Amino acid sequence: MSGAVHFPSSAAIPSRRTVLSAQGIPGDAAVPLRVAELVDEAFEIYADLVDPAGIRADVSIADFAVIYRGEGRNAPRTPLEAIFPDARRLTLFAVTVGEAVCGEILRRFSDGDPALGYALDTIASAGAEGLAGAMARDHQECLARSGTMASGMRVLPYSPGYCGWHVSGQGKLFEVLRPEEIGISLNESCLMQPLKSVSGVLVAADREVHQFDIDFDFCADCADQGCRERIQSVLDDTIGGQ
Amino acid sequence: MDILQEIGASLRKGDDNRVAELTRQAIDAGMGVGAILDDGLIGGMNVVGDLFRRHEIFLPEVLLAARAMQKGIDLLKPLMIEEGIPAVGKVVIGTAQGDLHDIGKNLVGIMLKGAGIEVIDLGNDVSAERFVDTAVEAGAPVIGISALLTTTMSSMKGVVDLLRERGLNGKIRTIIGGAPVSKDFADEIGADAYGYDAANAVDQVKALLGVA
Repeated sequence: MSGAVHFPSSAAIPSRRTVLSAQGIPGDAAVPLRVAELVDEAFEIYADLVDPAGIRADVSIADFAVIYRGEGRNAPRTPLEAIFPDARRLTLFAVTVGEAVCGEILRRFSDGDPALGYALDTIASAGAEGLAGAMARDHQECLARSGTMASGMRVLPYSPGYCGWHVSGQGKLFEVLRPEEIGISLNESCLMQPLKSVSGVLVAADREVHQFDIDFDFCADCADQGCRERIQSVLDDTIGGQ
Repeated sequence: MDILQEIGASLRKGDDNRVAELTRQAIDAGMGVGAILDDGLIGGMNVVGDLFRRHEIFLPEVLLAARAMQKGIDLLKPLMIEEGIPAVGKVVIGTAQGDLHDIGKNLVGIMLKGAGIEVIDLGNDVSAERFVDTAVEAGAPVIGISALLTTTMSSMKGVVDLLRERGLNGKIRTIIGGAPVSKDFADEIGADAYGYDAANAVDQVKALLGVA
């Protein structure tokens, strides 16, 4: 299961609640009028500019082991190194909300409108994460249609830069995936352009394979702890992004 | 309420058009640029910063205030240059090499500007050499480094080490921040300060600049 994946714009448009939460506004708080107007304006701009795209490529466990090793800069012990050998299927992926949105964010910041730049940034970040989730759902559905998705199996995305997988791992990942086809490239530090892009591996595995204890060296420094939500999503039978 | 207080109140509301209008009025009334800046715009942003520190307003409201302040600054800038009014201090900021998550760094930059500090923003994925070279060339006594990823925190140490190598530690000070960063980590790598959020980063930078 390889090749470009087309998404409707709606797949990359996050909920207003998600965006407000990312801006530090709790669900039960009254949203100040000017902030509400700002977020509305940012959503309008984003909807006009977003151009979601994705690509995926199946990879063997042996080949992925080489990709995952990357430049040898991963943490000494990571969750994914214990997960991927037990996967039923591994598929590299990358998604992006497109260059136009990212250019507009930079333009707003440099033009002295940090409020709108920030609002757009939070929408685009949530949009890219949502798109990674959409890719995982699409992949799971494709596997189910082809009869290779046994009940009890789940697909979750794992990305370089998180949970001990060093960001330099994107170099080898890109050599195989070739996401340049959908407009994503890597710079010298192995960072993606456009910025609001997500890459990684979709791991199709039995539900319990995705679960791990949060006791790695880097967990103490991790303020996100999004893995808890991901593990819970597997238990709850939904798909979360990383 | 006098015009400078009104500028501050309009900043608090994020009313950029009103701030511009009032700043123009203050200039036309012959008020000094320094007074408009310090008692109107920076004073207003200080209040906004305090409200944010006390969790009485949300971050987007700070940014709306910053946008309003920029409208006022745009009007004052030609006069500031004419009168030779210096910035409070100068800081070089950027995200650690390998890290593209720049929103936290952007917020710190905005709030530093709100405090009247000149900010040289190098963007994201900044090498240790670029941080240090820029600070030396610009005569900036402080470098601020931000990271979101645990996997890029180690790049921060590279900046501190390079300053030491070049005998610049003590002359150019470092402040670090970002979700995975802690005071302990800052101490461990020898950074001079740690900002636990954007507002605190401004306080810490002011202290490093000796203007707190």
